[in-house]
Amino acid sequence: MEITLRDLVTALHGMGFGALFMLAFSGAIAEMYRMAAPGAPEPGARSRRLLYVYLGVMVILAWATVLSGTYIIYPWYRAVPPAGVTDITLYPKALLLSSPSTAEWHNLGMEWKEHVGWIAPIAMTMVAYIFAKYGRLLARERQVRLAAFVFVVVAFVATAVAGAFGAFLNKYAPIRGGPTITILQGEQ
Amino acid sequence: MTMNTHDTFELTNGPGAAAILSAGLGCFLVGLFFLAEDAVPAAKTFFTFYQPSGALSGTTTMAVALWLIVWFALARAWRGKTVSMPWVNAAAFLLLALSFLLTFPPFIDFLQGK
Repeated sequence: MEITLRDLVTALHGMGFGALFMLAFSGAIAEMYRMAAPGAPEPGARSRRLLYVYLGVMVILAWATVLSGTYIIYPWYRAVPPAGVTDITLYPKALLLSSPSTAEWHNLGMEWKEHVGWIAPIAMTMVAYIFAKYGRLLARERQVRLAAFVFVVVAFVATAVAGAFGAFLNKYAPIRGGPTITILQGEQ
Repeated sequence: MTMNTHDTFELTNGPGAAAILSAGLGCFLVGLFFLAEDAVPAAKTFFTFYQPSGALSGTTTMAVALWLIVWFALARAWRGKTVSMPWVNAAAFLLLALSFLLTFPPFIDFLQGK
């Protein structure tokens, strides 16, 4: 069972950071509603602290996703094949653009994903700040509460777009290369 | 009795409004700078802060930097104040909607007549 370093780092970006961030949305939205809904029972201090830590971890995951994507994986993705290279399977962007049947995975998929993904960390940082700052008082601040929920939903949609295209891009033009890591050696 | 710092004094909506509006602006700038670097070759060169990542490095760095600067400025200006949240939200939601549109490549192409 082998994997290249670039495969592993890409999986960390998509599955370790991105997917975990996306999975956390349902818990965050449920707890945010529980804390801020008017008429809801007053959450205890421990429950509030848990939500603040939860949202803080989500913020860290969001930034880890976009930063690893932009500064580690994207350079591998968009690397230009050296002159004379005919096998472009190790150059995902060039590979996708080499055929009309796959070019739009880059022109639409990657071009959208690399920008829309950045909405998520900005939005979630604001949401985490709002809940840390106002806590239970959000039950009275209807407009602030509304904004927080709208931004959370938009962050989720942005993450879904980036994640979905990331998954499809990795199927059509996987990012491979670097040292090979042997996880398990099979029997001969 | 456990004291919750949030309940011991009245918080105004100023800090929250500052965070919301600046977040909307930050998201919008991601899209706006994408349009700029796609439409203007000189902008693409300007935004290439880190060559391996191309213009994406600069557009996102500038958007994040300006978001944080505006947040800081608005937070100071609106500290202790109550602002009109319906207007703040309307502006923030509009900026957020525009940010989604401006990160969508077919819309960027449409704006450029491609």
